[in-house]
Amino acid sequence: MSRVDSRQLRLMGLYTAVVLLVLFAILPIAYATLTIFKKDSELFNPAANPFFFEQGPTLNHLAFLFGKTQFPVFLWNSAVIGVLVVAITLLLSVPAAYALARLTGRWGESSGMAIFLVYLIPPTLLFIPLFRIVVWLGVANTIWSLVLVLPTITVPFCTWLLLGFFRSIPRELDEAAMLDGHSRFGAFRRVVLPQARPGIGACVVFAFSLSLSNFIYSVTFVTESAARNISAGVPTELIRGDVYFWPSLMAATAIVAIPLGIAYGLLFDYLVRGFQSAETTAISEK
Amino acid sequence: MTTTTADRRPAASWRSDLARRISDALERPHALGALMLGPAVLYVIAFVAVPFFIAIALSVSDATVGDPRIDSFVGLRNFLAVTQQEGFQAALRNSVIVTIITVAGIIVLSTVAVEILAREFHGKRLVQVLFMMPWAMPVALAAITWLWLLDSQFSPIDWVLVKLGLLGPGTPLGPSRHLYYLGREWLGLASVAFVDIWRTLPLATVIVLAGRLSIPRERLEQAQIDGAGYFRVLFRIILPALAPVLIVAILFTALLVIGEMSSVELLTRGGPGHSGQVLPLWAYIKGIESGDLGQGAAISLFLFPVLLAAAIVALRFAFRLNRD
Repeated sequence: MSRVDSRQLRLMGLYTAVVLLVLFAILPIAYATLTIFKKDSELFNPAANPFFFEQGPTLNHLAFLFGKTQFPVFLWNSAVIGVLVVAITLLLSVPAAYALARLTGRWGESSGMAIFLVYLIPPTLLFIPLFRIVVWLGVANTIWSLVLVLPTITVPFCTWLLLGFFRSIPRELDEAAMLDGHSRFGAFRRVVLPQARPGIGACVVFAFSLSLSNFIYSVTFVTESAARNISAGVPTELIRGDVYFWPSLMAATAIVAIPLGIAYGLLFDYLVRGFQSAETTAISEK
Repeated sequence: MTTTTADRRPAASWRSDLARRISDALERPHALGALMLGPAVLYVIAFVAVPFFIAIALSVSDATVGDPRIDSFVGLRNFLAVTQQEGFQAALRNSVIVTIITVAGIIVLSTVAVEILAREFHGKRLVQVLFMMPWAMPVALAAITWLWLLDSQFSPIDWVLVKLGLLGPGTPLGPSRHLYYLGREWLGLASVAFVDIWRTLPLATVIVLAGRLSIPRERLEQAQIDGAGYFRVLFRIILPALAPVLIVAILFTALLVIGEMSSVELLTRGGPGHSGQVLPLWAYIKGIESGDLGQGAAISLFLFPVLLAAAIVALRFAFRLNRD
């Protein structure tokens, strides 16, 4: 009897902890979402309860965001940049990671740490020279500057993540495929690549969200409003001097955060697996 | 019909000969390896290595936005000049403080979160989605969310504190009904660090959870059979085993925090005055807004040797821990 009680108690403790953890993560976002539908008269009334709708909800702020601001343009730019950055990242880092895991011998084995060191050079160190390169290439003030430069963040990271993934796939698999008559590249494409799908999925989400998230390049390289992405565009367009369009700002945030959050959450186990194999390679010899 | 195929044969065989030779070459691991690795390496050289060296060259030149040529060597003058600036000194101090607070918070909270998420419970999928939300949103938008939560007039946190009788006239937190989180030097820095913890916790947790799930189940079960209580297992087995991945998580978090200017730019704008300044934002202000490319580069290079050394030491340490 008392054993059951202590088990129930422990279960209750676990669920309490789960709820607290979730609240820590989403209370700010939940409050932001609430704000979207508040009427201005209630929003800016210091006496009003901030957690209730005393005057009923409104959709005016969403209409304002989509109809009267450049937000749809920012959203579109971000999507285009994101998709292209993901494509470039995969094209560069999937083959590179496989090569380092399988083909380059001893030299490739110590590469986990070397890639990590490339990742260590932060955007804040590169943005001034990269700005000059972008101007020199004639892509400043266009989305192409970001398409070209953002893979500097995603390629090292994804190569590192995928390197671990490829190493965790047994070598015998490639060898068996080659005995079956596949070429070396064919073995990679037809046999190893499908096995690495979870890792590639993790890379897609990471690369996409990192490309959306970068602020310093977006602000520096693009000053034209029509070419800006959400990270740089939303703060400049919806904060005008001292005037903050709070509900529309919160709407912009929620519209971006919720789908990305769902994508991350659904890939959660893949992400953990990706890091599991990447960590073993970054901090051990094999 | 037959003549046309005969006519084509030499060309076709020449082509298939070349194709065969290429495919033969690609069977050699090193040739295929170089071909697959090449594009990534070239890209990293062009867009990371070259700019990195330009940054070094800029930092010892007198280049400005108006005259961007790197033609006169000025030695360490930019570095000496920036260290004299009040804004730089505050920025250096604050960058270090915010990073340390964030890392400390991440160590504690990610360990707790990992202990929760390593277990099975109902609705885990939903919990994972909600838990990842702060990391999923772009940093600038996360900062804007917090800007609203910490608003000087309409902060819901202030409202709750007032209702609880903790804030307002005659209460422990003072006579004002607002805390003005972002308008005060230390409260502003603490807010920035808190937002950094909030937004990087999901990533750090994923990294540490990966390590936690790699601990062999038998080791945990054996300890429990031996009669060790939960906290004994936690401190004797789990935490020591997590040390290497905690180091990786710390590195990732520290890099994300130390290189991010948008959270500070949006939350406190480096204020009040320069007291809340951080290095990346100061580099942006000097290098882009004031147009002194040399000084901007010097500011952003300032912490690099420290970061590099710290990362190498940390990774070697993690490496050793992992081997033992």
